[in-house]
Amino acid sequence: MASDLKAISLFFRYHTVDVLQGISLQVSAGQVAGLLGPNGSGKSTLLKILSGVLTPDAGHVEILGRPLTEFTRQGLSRKVAVVPQESQFGFPFSVLEIVLMGRHPHLGGITFESRNDINIARNALGRCGADHLAERCIHELSSGERQRVVFARALAQQPSILLLDEPASHLDIRHQVELYDIVRELASGENCTVLTVLHDLNLAAEYCDQIYLLSAGRIEAGGPATEILNYANLVRVFDTDIYIDTNSLTGKPLIGPMSKQTMDEYRKLKDR
Amino acid sequence: MLVCITLALNFGAGKVSLLQLIHADGLSAIDRTILLEVRLPRVIFAAVIGGALAVAGVVFQALLRNPLADPYVLGVSGGASIGGVLAILFGLGAAGGWLGNIAVPVCAFAGALAALILIQYMATVDGRLTVYTVLLTGVIFNAFAAAVIFFIQSIASLERLHDIVFYLMGRIPTPDIRTLVLLTCTTVIATFFLWFMGRQFNALSLGEETATQLGVPVESVKRHTFIMGSLLTGLSVSVAGLIGFVGLVVPHMLRLLFGPDHRLLIPAAFLGGGAFLVIADLFARLVLAPNELPVGVVTALIGGPFFIYLLRSRSRVYGI
Repeated sequence: MASDLKAISLFFRYHTVDVLQGISLQVSAGQVAGLLGPNGSGKSTLLKILSGVLTPDAGHVEILGRPLTEFTRQGLSRKVAVVPQESQFGFPFSVLEIVLMGRHPHLGGITFESRNDINIARNALGRCGADHLAERCIHELSSGERQRVVFARALAQQPSILLLDEPASHLDIRHQVELYDIVRELASGENCTVLTVLHDLNLAAEYCDQIYLLSAGRIEAGGPATEILNYANLVRVFDTDIYIDTNSLTGKPLIGPMSKQTMDEYRKLKDR
Repeated sequence: MLVCITLALNFGAGKVSLLQLIHADGLSAIDRTILLEVRLPRVIFAAVIGGALAVAGVVFQALLRNPLADPYVLGVSGGASIGGVLAILFGLGAAGGWLGNIAVPVCAFAGALAALILIQYMATVDGRLTVYTVLLTGVIFNAFAAAVIFFIQSIASLERLHDIVFYLMGRIPTPDIRTLVLLTCTTVIATFFLWFMGRQFNALSLGEETATQLGVPVESVKRHTFIMGSLLTGLSVSVAGLIGFVGLVVPHMLRLLFGPDHRLLIPAAFLGGGAFLVIADLFARLVLAPNELPVGVVTALIGGPFFIYLLRSRSRVYGI
């Protein structure tokens, strides 16, 4: 199967720190891949390289079968959209104006957005359940609402590849589910390629087809989600004990944290 | 909306000539044609300088993603001041009085270009122009320029000192026609150039990384903005000295009126800044007539309180 997003042995060094040490991964069209790993393991750096913000020291990236370096900046942005972890907005733009900025790579010169662009932006907002916010000022919104607006902006880019950097970290469970339902829909319905960084292991288990576990700039394990999300892998990568069971409804792994207190009681029980 | 500002500008300009005509009739000594030849170029001059400063203010605010930036913050004005003040010190503009001679503006502009090149060189790290480095370099360069100017003032003769102080306060001189044409052309071209980048400024306000991911060539936009904005600032400081607050208050007012979209804001700033300075210059000429106030004093007197008011009423929106 052709992979739409492909990284081949990427190396990246920031000053004296080796951030990425030979990362290879591939995601096929219509698939949702999850990128998991402890803080500082290089997840965000990897996304920046894949979106062309940073240039790797070695290795290369292929987008839709073509080397990333062959794309113009604007051409790349027509194919790859990013939802960052945190956003700044500077001046008090309206929500619709922010979403319309997603049309930037499709426009040239000083042209204003056409009616078609505005329709695309409104549809994107509607899809994210944020159409009622369109005329509001971005500064007035809650962090959860803002994240939905940023997601809508990425949708307005109409990308083939969507890169998400912990898009749901500020959202409550309902909005997390709504957001990832849209991601799933994009992947299966519109054959979009998705790579998402997440910290919530259960969200990863529920929504991702593939999982890459990243640790200290290396891929520790990669493959189908149900195989990769096992006790041994997670304990090794995150360096903490966890509780893992099977979701009786889906058969997918169900993962919970283990507090020190729980661990102590568990040990006592085991000793008895 | 643009038509509305054009009308405001025309009305402002019209009012000036009208008032001046009435004023002149009162004195009844001056020929109307001379009046139009002296006053009209001056009004155009004020309009162009005001426009240049306001546009520079808008694009520097976009570049630094900070609504408190003004055209003088990036240091080019310091270089221009040194150039202009040196020219006065050495009496280069003295022959026909510095109003009639272009020696001072030329030296000032040379100073501005030197500062532009120096700051650009110093602020480039690993081939990238980092906005915080640009800002810090500019602020420090301005402080250094202020020290140089104090030094020059301390060794200048009393007569020259008077010229220097008035030059620095900012005033609209009655220009010769060549300066006017040159300034107008450059300002209009630079404004159009910056206007073409309007949508990129919008995206840039989301941060450099996001702007890149939206397809904006961030490094080249930053560099062009810095150069074009500095050119506009350098030109206006060269011919008119340090006229404060136009580049700070006008972009704010227009953002309240038209919103933050730079595709509207840049042409609006050109027209609005022009209208603002024409009116300020009108005050400067009329308040103490027949003596003139430096227009920089007028803009600061209007702009300062207004800016504090804006800041207090809008601080929630800007999150300052």
